[in-house]
Amino acid sequence: MKQGLFESRHEAEWQTFDGLLQKLESSSSRKAATLPQCDQFPDLYRRLCHQYALACERAYGMALQQRLNNLVIRGHRQLYRFRKPLWASLLQLLAADFPRTVRAMWRWQLCSLAVFAGSLALVWVLVLQQPELVYSVIDEGTLETMEYLYEPGSEVHDQRDASDDVMMFGYYISNNIGIAFRTFGSGLFLGIGSLLVMLFNGSLFGAIAAHLTNVGSHEPFFTFVVAHGAPELTAIVLAGGAGLRLGLSLLAPGPYSRLDALKLAASDSLPVVYGCFFLLLGAAFIEAFWSPRQFDPVIKYSVGAVSWILVVAYLLLAGRR
Amino acid sequence: MIDDQLSLKTPEGVTIQLCAAGPVPRLAAWAIDLAIRALVLILLAVVFAFIPSVGGGLLAIIAFLLEWFYPVLFETLANGQTPGKKVMGLVVVHRNGSPVTLNGSVIRNLLRVADFLPFLFTAGFVSLLVTRHFQRLGDLAADNLVIYRDDTALSAARARVEEMAPDWQASREDQKVLVSFLERGEGLTRARRQELAQLAWPEYPAQEAERRALGTARHMVGEQ
Repeated sequence: MKQGLFESRHEAEWQTFDGLLQKLESSSSRKAATLPQCDQFPDLYRRLCHQYALACERAYGMALQQRLNNLVIRGHRQLYRFRKPLWASLLQLLAADFPRTVRAMWRWQLCSLAVFAGSLALVWVLVLQQPELVYSVIDEGTLETMEYLYEPGSEVHDQRDASDDVMMFGYYISNNIGIAFRTFGSGLFLGIGSLLVMLFNGSLFGAIAAHLTNVGSHEPFFTFVVAHGAPELTAIVLAGGAGLRLGLSLLAPGPYSRLDALKLAASDSLPVVYGCFFLLLGAAFIEAFWSPRQFDPVIKYSVGAVSWILVVAYLLLAGRR
Repeated sequence: MIDDQLSLKTPEGVTIQLCAAGPVPRLAAWAIDLAIRALVLILLAVVFAFIPSVGGGLLAIIAFLLEWFYPVLFETLANGQTPGKKVMGLVVVHRNGSPVTLNGSVIRNLLRVADFLPFLFTAGFVSLLVTRHFQRLGDLAADNLVIYRDDTALSAARARVEEMAPDWQASREDQKVLVSFLERGEGLTRARRQELAQLAWPEYPAQEAERRALGTARHMVGEQ
């Protein structure tokens, strides 16, 4: 068959298909499924594929081939589009996938925890022994702010009002979740980025805690951090572990090629990153609206203990069959 | 085949051609998106300045969302295109040509951090240059491609000339070349057309060679 005849025979069909594609592309997937012409779609698409294959085989002009190629690509994209139901997968993530994934990569998570807790403990002990060492970790200005914030009997917290709470909530969200994401992402380079973040944050926390103990402000400090520390520190460690998993997939890909190992590691560790997001959201909420409230230390410590138990129990027990 | 084209075999058994986009249009798309994000943030900063009670906190949250989820939102809901990519005619797809999923988009945008290191997207740029289909590290991990959106159509205007049957056993390759000559000849100068035609009909004068080339092509296309 000559090209001219082929074109005139199928032109109408191509135009119908193009119109249908435009409708599908401009509407959301839920609305698209209810379009009446949708029933025709697979049939039209299969015929188009057939015509495209013929056009290539019969060496019809490049313009026609390109036009049909474009139609096939657009059809392909519509036919093979796949969107998971969002709410159901979110529920599944929080109820099972997140803690399960954390347990499945327990080796990486333990590494991350060891680096974080190790540097924290080391700096803590060092600063307790040699108080002036704190200046090699934190600069003087920051320390003065810290001392002022956590001074026993300080009125800083009493002066806080609701607008400060919201301000801090926004700040904690953008700062902490950003750190978690960066920790994960920078793990790609053989895990070095994640390790550095763990080392840095561990030492920072250890130095502040030890310094405030040295100057006698430990009670305001620990009553402030104990409750939100549970989800917050856990999430940072988990993000570090996920980053390590990502980076070490390149270093030790096992039975896969490095590229495949990377893809696998990325999709495997994604539930942990999502989970960290929600943990840090919770942490920011507690930090902004509960932690600054002044209560008896006993109450603060009990709430903190409950928070730690809940987080650890969730990670260890949730989603087990 | 030109080497930046990616051939994909679909389940229907046809081979489609995707064309991956290089660093320059992608950088331009990124710059447009950056400008849009900055503009939105500035506008909101002005608006929120009037609500001092919660404005600052909300602004911090929105800045965070814009930084991390602006590309994810558009890539998953708007057919794989952020506004910047739309302007530049780019689209994010999975390696198999299907639209990018939420997870794929999240991975590629989280790993933007790694691409940015050590400064100004150096790692991503190097990765773009050494991979076959211009993938940055985030694209590699998420198995994504950034391709040109396929709405470019070659012109198919065909000159009306007298048909002329080929006086040899024309192969498919001959047919493809001649039909392309017919369809794209309109965009060439007459002298160039004749020069090209004389490659195939060197024994004829320029004008006759052109007439024969176009006529034979016309015959191959047939009636419209």
